[in-house]
Amino acid sequence: MKLLSRAEVDELAHLARLAIDDATRERLRGELGAILEHVAMLGEVDTAGVEPMTHAVAMTLRLRDDVPGPTLPVEVATGGAAVVADGGFVVPAVIRE
Amino acid sequence: MIGLEVHVQLATATKAFAPVPVAYGAPVNSLTDPIVLGMPGALPTFNRAALVAAVKLGLATRSQIRARSRFARKHYFYPDLPKGYQISQHDEPLCEHGAIDVWIAGARHTVALARIHLEEDAGKLNHDGPISRVDLNRAGVPLCEVVTEPVLRSAEQAFAYMKALHRLVRALGVCEGDLEKGHLRCDANVSVRKVGAAAFGTRVELKNINSFRFVKAAIEHEIARQIRVLEGGGQVERETRLWDGVAGISQSMRGKEEVADYRYLPDPDLPPLVVDAELLAAVQATLPELPADRLARLVAAGLAFDDADLLTSDAALADYLDAAVAAAPGSARTIATWIVNELLRELGGRPIADSPVAATALAELAAAIDDGTISGKLGKDVFAKMVATGDGARAIIEREGLRQITDPAAVRAMAEAIVAANPRQAEQYRAGKDSLLGFFVGQLMKASGGRVNPQLASDTMKALLAGA
Amino acid sequence: MDDVTALTATTLAADVRAGRRSARAITDAFLDRIAATDGAIGAYLAVDVDGARAAADAVDAARARGEALGPLAGVPVGVKDVIVTRDLVTTAASKILAGWRPPYDATAVARLRAAGAVVLGKLGCDEFAMGSTGEQSAWRATANPWDLARVPGGSSSGSAAAMAVRSAALTLGTDTGGSIRQPAAFCGVVGLKPTYGRVSRWGAIAYASSLDQIGPLAATVADAALALEVIAGLDPRDATSIDAPAPALTAALDRGVRGLRVGLPREYLPDDLDPDVAAAVARARAILADAGATIVDVSLPHTRYALPAYYVIAPAEAASNLARYDGIRFGARAKDPADLDALYARTRGEGFGAEVIRRIMIGTYVLRAGSYDAYYRQAQQVRALVRRDFDRAFAEVDCVLAPVAPTPAWPTGATPTPLDMYRADVFTLACNLAGLPGLAVPCGATAAGLPLGVQLMGRPLDEATLCAAGQVIERATGPAPRAPWPPRGAA
Repeated sequence: MKLLSRAEVDELAHLARLAIDDATRERLRGELGAILEHVAMLGEVDTAGVEPMTHAVAMTLRLRDDVPGPTLPVEVATGGAAVVADGGFVVPAVIRE
Repeated sequence: MIGLEVHVQLATATKAFAPVPVAYGAPVNSLTDPIVLGMPGALPTFNRAALVAAVKLGLATRSQIRARSRFARKHYFYPDLPKGYQISQHDEPLCEHGAIDVWIAGARHTVALARIHLEEDAGKLNHDGPISRVDLNRAGVPLCEVVTEPVLRSAEQAFAYMKALHRLVRALGVCEGDLEKGHLRCDANVSVRKVGAAAFGTRVELKNINSFRFVKAAIEHEIARQIRVLEGGGQVERETRLWDGVAGISQSMRGKEEVADYRYLPDPDLPPLVVDAELLAAVQATLPELPADRLARLVAAGLAFDDADLLTSDAALADYLDAAVAAAPGSARTIATWIVNELLRELGGRPIADSPVAATALAELAAAIDDGTISGKLGKDVFAKMVATGDGARAIIEREGLRQITDPAAVRAMAEAIVAANPRQAEQYRAGKDSLLGFFVGQLMKASGGRVNPQLASDTMKALLAGA
Repeated sequence: MDDVTALTATTLAADVRAGRRSARAITDAFLDRIAATDGAIGAYLAVDVDGARAAADAVDAARARGEALGPLAGVPVGVKDVIVTRDLVTTAASKILAGWRPPYDATAVARLRAAGAVVLGKLGCDEFAMGSTGEQSAWRATANPWDLARVPGGSSSGSAAAMAVRSAALTLGTDTGGSIRQPAAFCGVVGLKPTYGRVSRWGAIAYASSLDQIGPLAATVADAALALEVIAGLDPRDATSIDAPAPALTAALDRGVRGLRVGLPREYLPDDLDPDVAAAVARARAILADAGATIVDVSLPHTRYALPAYYVIAPAEAASNLARYDGIRFGARAKDPADLDALYARTRGEGFGAEVIRRIMIGTYVLRAGSYDAYYRQAQQVRALVRRDFDRAFAEVDCVLAPVAPTPAWPTGATPTPLDMYRADVFTLACNLAGLPGLAVPCGATAAGLPLGVQLMGRPLDEATLCAAGQVIERATGPAPRAPWPPRGAA
């Protein structure tokens, strides 16, 4: 059975910003490996010349008029955030812009 | 070898994918809705005005405009990016293979563009010691990213290109072009090559060049840095460096993901974007004369390059010029000179709309100078009186009897009187002191109240003193 | 006193319009039903008693003023917790959205309210709609009212369980890979997944954007049809919503199936299919044939690739859609992170459950630059082939009859591996990939009394044909009974 390496799992966890403990990492090696092994069977299908499907009914993008709608009051926009200061969402300092 | 990526903020009333107003300086986080905030369940809708602006820019740059293009999600984690992805374009950008004409040292160059695509802006981070504060007012503002091929060869060329792009987007009305507000932001890709070497070296990306004056300085600094590295026997690393305009240096962003994998995904919330012939025709009809073409036209009409360049830097100024030239077609060059020197000085930084002298009035003055009615020097006095009184040039000339004296016989007579009155100088001149010609001409001008044609005055005096 | 909660939504709406019952009395009856049943079943995450009563009172006041009432006036509904409700805590059954109070309503909810419906509360589900058993909730698992020791199915677990026990007259669920139809079948109720784009996704917390649809679960086909008529239709706020007239489903309900060609896809009827499930399909087939339909064998050759295609596309879109959960603007946030990276990683690592993390990781893997063509692009191409299979079949038939799930509801805690759970979706996934409408209707029960369902799948925008055929089946089997109370398995 396919197992992802620890490094691969860690790389995915970092790309997706998911802190995982050692036990989770070990479990995921097997679970992800099994799933990826299964989905690899997609490679059996000859898809030459087949357009990727985008929508059930052929559609193109509707355009919206450039007219302002309602905005959320600042208290509502920021009211759901755990840490706010001077109306801004607070995060640990970013070293560079 | 230099390539520039410039983000142009489109002048629309609402954001790219949310019907939320765009405004500068609004209170923190006052320009948001669930879409801007990336709230669960919110979905994007695309602003027609952003498309029109991008198509206009695409047409003005002779780009190939895709009939069907797609928006793509570009994923990375950063606090100013609420959804954890930016809606941009990747494989199927709206425009490709266009060009912008740039005048460098009097010659017209064509700078090839790789692509122009649509995307949304991120918010802003305000740093405050141990924390940063996120303001999403700017998040979602529509941008066109304009990417050149790496065809620029010097910091001067890069600077000239930026100015030309700035001028173009303002002339088209797709961008307000206020640099203080960050309407144009630039990243540069720079690499150097040893003389004689076949291939160009490693490419370094320079970010955070957020004003024109930094473009030249940042690129020059980077070129010098790369040369230093190579001459010291080292290798230029492929990396991203941040420009620090205050310190005048760039810093490596080493420590972050070297080559970010943005995991691009065609945005499943946004079906394909179609640009049909009807839209293209409608936008094409709104295209003004392009600044580069206007400049070429003026140079062909006889203007000095620098004057033409200055006059096409602002659409209103160029319109004023065109109106004046329409009133006095033969006097284009004189009109241009007078605008550049006298009128702009009079305005002292105020916009041309504030001009105390209408375009047709200036044309009248220029024509009077060109047809010899008055001399250029007297023209300045007339101009001053036009500004003060609002009267027309010819009216002032007649009223104050400022007509230039052009009758050779009359001038000769006056000249003879002057020579007779100054025998000692005449003798010195005849003995070889050529510089005294100026004295005689000056006396003639003074005696005539400045009304003798300067050339005629000079020729007559010279001939007379020579004994003719 | 009559049992109001045993009445259909259609009947309740008619009673309110005619003044035979007050909306308030109806709402109170359903609130009582919740109080009586939900302790054991756990369908509801939150019940908005005051809000529901106020909405019911408003309907009664409008009627008293002689105003015209909407088609669902006074009908109590439950809303799956992945659907956003203004000021009513919405968590997508996830810790990462604990306590989130949305400042807006999903379009489907707004349309229900505009039609006079009374929102009772939020229904439990698998976290972010990822799961097939209801056991992936951060808060509590929902039990199958027919046997509390069994799963109700998922991800719309609470929506199906509440319908089964009638602690709502209608519920809203979402279906991305079968999440309305499968729990509907496990719980013995009707579940309708509309054509993709039929119902606005504005306010549906996104799992897989190209697959998600909001749809109704109901006691009868007529109720489901009525609900879909109310919530369907173009929404300018959803660029993927279809500009088509609202479907006239109620009017088409009784047109019967004479002359209708019904396809039986051989790939959905393997020889080793669970005998109870096979029997349900056979029964439905016989009912339709007796009513004048023509049964046609068809083939959907790419069926077996639907599972891997789904488990590439859905996780990829999920990884993308869930990138916004970082605790910075809303939701739960890790305390005292060492730095910005830790804020992201710990908030998300602590806030997401195991199944969500698995799918985000798979999605991240298949979207990496080197993997995109082989996985996501290939899957979207296979998806086009799955759709082409259906389009070819629809040249010969008007709808397709198939099982919903390979087995009836299984015991809780019995899913050995994630991949086993994924395999349970094998009959429902293709319909989402193809963007087609699908209707699950009850069709008998096992000897032990567990509900069995069958599904009908149709052409894009042809929910009417599905409802007509579903109505014929329902007429023949009798309207689905509600789950007995107290239930089997109760202490």
